[in-house]
Amino acid sequence: MSIFEIIRFAIRGLNSNKLRTTLTTLGIAIGVSSVIILLAVGNGSSKAVQAGIEKLGTNTITIQSNRGGFGGGRASASRAASSKPLTVGDAVALSSPINAPDIKQAAPVASASVACAVGTNSSTPGTFNGTWPSWFEASNTSIATGTYFTNDDVTEGRRVAVIGSTVATDLFPGSNPVGQVMRCGGIPFTIIGTTEKKGSNGFQDGDSLVVAPLTAVQRSLTGYNNLQSIVVQAKSAKVQDLAQTEINTIMDSQHKIKNTNNRDYRTLNQASLLQTTSSSNSVFTVLLGMVAAISLLVGGIGITNIMLVTVIERTREIGIRKAIGAPKRAIMTQFLIEATILSLVGGVIGVIGGFAGSHFKIVGVQPIIIPASVFLAFGVSILIGVFFGGYPASRAASLRPIEALRYE
Amino acid sequence: MHPVIDVQGAVKQYGVGDAAIFALDGVDLQIKQGEYVAIMGPSGSGKSTLMNIMGALDNMTSGKYFLDGIEIDSLGEDALALVRGRKIGFIFQSFNLIPRTTALANVELPLAYQGIKGKERRERALAALKVVGLSERVNHEPTQLSGGQQQRVAVARALCTRPALLLADEPTGALDSKSTHDLLDLFDQINAAGRTVVLITHEDDVASRAKRVVRMRDGKIISDVLNKRASV
Ligand SMILES: Nc1ncnc2c1ncn2[C@@H]1O[C@H](COP(=O)(O)OP(=O)(O)O)[C@@H](O)[C@H]1O
Ligand SMILES: [Mg+2]
Repeated sequence: MSIFEIIRFAIRGLNSNKLRTTLTTLGIAIGVSSVIILLAVGNGSSKAVQAGIEKLGTNTITIQSNRGGFGGGRASASRAASSKPLTVGDAVALSSPINAPDIKQAAPVASASVACAVGTNSSTPGTFNGTWPSWFEASNTSIATGTYFTNDDVTEGRRVAVIGSTVATDLFPGSNPVGQVMRCGGIPFTIIGTTEKKGSNGFQDGDSLVVAPLTAVQRSLTGYNNLQSIVVQAKSAKVQDLAQTEINTIMDSQHKIKNTNNRDYRTLNQASLLQTTSSSNSVFTVLLGMVAAISLLVGGIGITNIMLVTVIERTREIGIRKAIGAPKRAIMTQFLIEATILSLVGGVIGVIGGFAGSHFKIVGVQPIIIPASVFLAFGVSILIGVFFGGYPASRAASLRPIEALRYE
Repeated sequence: MHPVIDVQGAVKQYGVGDAAIFALDGVDLQIKQGEYVAIMGPSGSGKSTLMNIMGALDNMTSGKYFLDGIEIDSLGEDALALVRGRKIGFIFQSFNLIPRTTALANVELPLAYQGIKGKERRERALAALKVVGLSERVNHEPTQLSGGQQQRVAVARALCTRPALLLADEPTGALDSKSTHDLLDLFDQINAAGRTVVLITHEDDVASRAKRVVRMRDGKIISDVLNKRASV
């Protein structure tokens, strides 16, 4: 008996019980598509957080002092005994096109921790930076209304400021802040611009922000010789590692570092921040994967159930076929092909459904399909379908005809 | 010439120890080519058990069974499938047609398993359906046929492979008297064409059509006589 004949028998078998065929296919399809969609949602939300972090600054390396006093670094403060603070001179040296060919620009940052007020409205910005105009590009911050301050403003020490949207709505609800004056730590600053919304990176509000010329902030609020950080922008993401090396070379010579294990400064880059967040996101994805695995299991049990329920009927049929001279091999092949067709069709419909379902936002997240999840879901459901469709049939095919006919 | 059927000392035991039932308790039976045999006996006397063994559908606990000189117990799965397909046509009381499958497809099935293809298979199946008088119903499914018609499909399925031996386990048990009569006429024809027919029945008028009547009780053959009609 030829294989084509057996395939025709299998198709006829599927055709002759359309309800069972439909239900089984549906069970497999739902299992497959739910796994794909769930994993795509996890992946999508993790990508969204990463994109949020990238918005806060790309190709940026932040240099911080290891002297202690500003956010961490206390442990190493005692070791770096002869440590020097970050200086404007460091920033100038890092901007040298000869020594630092891969650095686009560097901006020193002096941070103040003050509250700002206009009349009875007040706002405590999460970030209050005195810096250079180059900071805006280095930190990927663009202007929504008004203008940046200029190098001239820095040289003159003018008390002007650019504010983020959170500060703007706190201080000037319903009116245009540009041209108005706010008092920060008692010092008046004229607002000349507002920044584009950045959103939150999950840790802090990127829009609770005030940026002013470095000199003005140092003179009136922080004092000199007290830089919080230097923000360095590499020419591109590709040369970030080269820029990092150049920073170390320049800073080591500026700060006369002999032992590179004992520096008085440290560098942070977005890449490492991204790594941290993506690892916490992968935990999330693993959790979703477990949910998906459970749904695959439940779907699989459904498939198993439908397959087994029909075993009684199919066993009698197998008994009849054996009684009229069907070889065991022909029966097993037919039932395996039936199970394979069911699983394949269900799997393909499930994959199509998964792709279709991933087009829609789910709880505010745009799902992004993980290719591996497609193969996993498809493969597992086919294995389950083929096994639970094929195994009982092969067992029945091994019975004596009279046993199969009597099966209940 | 050796007999078509040669059962020697057949024993079929169900259960063990105190619960043991001997469905067959030492049966010897020889049936020659072209005989028409009716097996009778009360319910539970072991008729079906014997028939299933003769049809190579079941095995026995001890004893020997030769079909056409071949010892059935010694055969493997594939050889058994061949024997069931080519040498035996088996008819069940409950018809045992494949559900949701047309009469024609049901009759073609044993031919398909023998590797007979396309046109020849179709023609042989249609011819068999014509013999049983169902040419008008070839595309009906079992649920669209009466009991008598379903049994005739089963007979056509048993006949189309041209087996030497036709075995029928209470083939008229589920049929009305008209269908019974038609079916028995069919068996007469089949036997007249030289095939060996063995059937099980409760009814004397069914048995009276046969040339030889074997009676069973408690797993044993208690009488084995030639019919008057045969001697006529
Ligand atoms: N599968 C089985 N398990 C246990 N006992 C069985 C089985 N099949 C038949 N028997 C017993 O074997 C005996 C003979 O049964 P059977 O050959 O069907 O009788 P009948 O002459 O009515 O066709 C009965 O007592 C029956 O209960
Ligand atoms: Mg019986």
